[in-house]
Amino acid sequence: MKFWIGSAVIVLAALGVALSPINEYFFFAAFVVLTFVVLATAWNILGGYAGYVNFGTSAFFGLGAYSAVVLFKGLGAPLAVQIAAGAAMGALLGFGVGLLTLRLRGIFFAIATVAVIFIMETLMINWRYVGGATGLQLLRPEAMAPFTSYTRMLFVVMALMAVVSVAVARFVQTSWIGRGLRALRDSEEAAEASGVPTLRLKLFACVISGALMGAAGAPMPMYLSFIEPASTFSLNYAIGALAAPMIGGTMHWLGPVIGAILLASLQQIVTVTISGEMNVLVIGVLLVLFVVLAPEGILGFFKRWLKSSSR
Amino acid sequence: MAEKLLQVSGVSKHFGGFTALSGVSLDIAPGERFGLIGPNGSGKTTLINCISGLLQNETGQILFDGKDITGLPAYRRTRSGIARSFQVPRPFHTMSVLENLLVPSAYVARLKDAEGEAEAMRILRDIGLADKAGLHANQLSQVELRKLELARAMAARPRLLISDEAMAGLAGNEVDEVLQILFKLNEAGITIIMIEHIMQAVMRFSQRVVCLDAGRIICEGTPASIVQNAEVQKAYLGA
Repeated sequence: MKFWIGSAVIVLAALGVALSPINEYFFFAAFVVLTFVVLATAWNILGGYAGYVNFGTSAFFGLGAYSAVVLFKGLGAPLAVQIAAGAAMGALLGFGVGLLTLRLRGIFFAIATVAVIFIMETLMINWRYVGGATGLQLLRPEAMAPFTSYTRMLFVVMALMAVVSVAVARFVQTSWIGRGLRALRDSEEAAEASGVPTLRLKLFACVISGALMGAAGAPMPMYLSFIEPASTFSLNYAIGALAAPMIGGTMHWLGPVIGAILLASLQQIVTVTISGEMNVLVIGVLLVLFVVLAPEGILGFFKRWLKSSSR
Repeated sequence: MAEKLLQVSGVSKHFGGFTALSGVSLDIAPGERFGLIGPNGSGKTTLINCISGLLQNETGQILFDGKDITGLPAYRRTRSGIARSFQVPRPFHTMSVLENLLVPSAYVARLKDAEGEAEAMRILRDIGLADKAGLHANQLSQVELRKLELARAMAARPRLLISDEAMAGLAGNEVDEVLQILFKLNEAGITIIMIEHIMQAVMRFSQRVVCLDAGRIICEGTPASIVQNAEVQKAYLGA
């Protein structure tokens, strides 16, 4: 109950902020931060709960973005339809990646998912309809009624998507599905022997995670009024989606949220105050620090700290 | 209930050019205490992997309680009543001892958490791990890990329990402890297949023993007759 009240408050607050006369740049930056909240939360369902490290977030994200572009260019589909299509395509790709888990585990699975990025990117570079390598300029429609700009509207939409993703991740974590995923992460054989249908659960996690990543990518072309393969399939999305849960903590749904807000905000600040190149360094340094000093992330660190101080 | 709980007939398994099992057949009656012995690499673990479904046999058929379970994935076999422990303990190491048992109680017995916890605690008390319920699996000693393997298998409410070297590497009194647990489970009506290197334990426990060597059954009989068997002595001691 507390969770749902909190979620409603966050969405309403986002709406309130979007209707206030705050500087437009805030929404421009906050949209990116919220995108990373969705990506990190989605990544954690497979990578954190089930222990399958997906290095191919960019492939899902980019596929979602291009699905949106195709529907927008071909049919002039509204944003909601674009997002739904992004989610559907992400789910489909997730199913395919899920089948890889039949044969590949650990580092081998991670490498295979990197390959998926290059496959998707190559496909889009060679597809004229969506602009090929040079990209495509998109003329975005008017913002809907209460919003004064399209960016403000996208900010609220992404806030809503972040809340939905977190709700989905929380459901997966606390239900019997989450227990099965944890079991198969610890030992796939022992999980099978304990009655857990490991393949089915892995496919489920891949599909849900892929759908959320695809959905997260869908609003991006409208946000930029432009799409182009190199930046859409940028490895930064893959690394950010993986680093945020590592920094926040992978065992709890709150971990990726904390990690993504911290990391993406820091990156935005560094991009503006220092340089766009430096923000990649930020991820690297933070990731190394956390892996060495707090391998269970911020949440794990505080949990241990609470335990030792209560003694 | 069928007359035979488990019927294995003509099961073979190859790994590349290596024949791990060739045409193994055996029947196990409900309530039996069955011992499976054989030198290292004779195919004991491969056979129980084929029975529990972690490996699929290439030829032959496996019937459980009269139903053909050949080709079924492992989790469905567990749900139909075959549980096993692992030779090298494979606890869910990020979970507490109690949570380890809640996995099968959620996925096999389909209990809600409260009921599952009650049943899990009862199993842990029976096995002597109740005071460790809150500990993480990676804080347990060797003998406790073996007990956890058995406890987790029990939470799947099996009719057939396969114990894969649950006593290997344990001290004498610990072996007795685990042996007592297995006797108690058998008295409660669970059929048990025990795979063991510790001869004295198998001989005390089993009503019937089969000896595997190089993927074949070389001898079957009562514990007393097995130790007298020339082929068994040859397999273990060499010519």
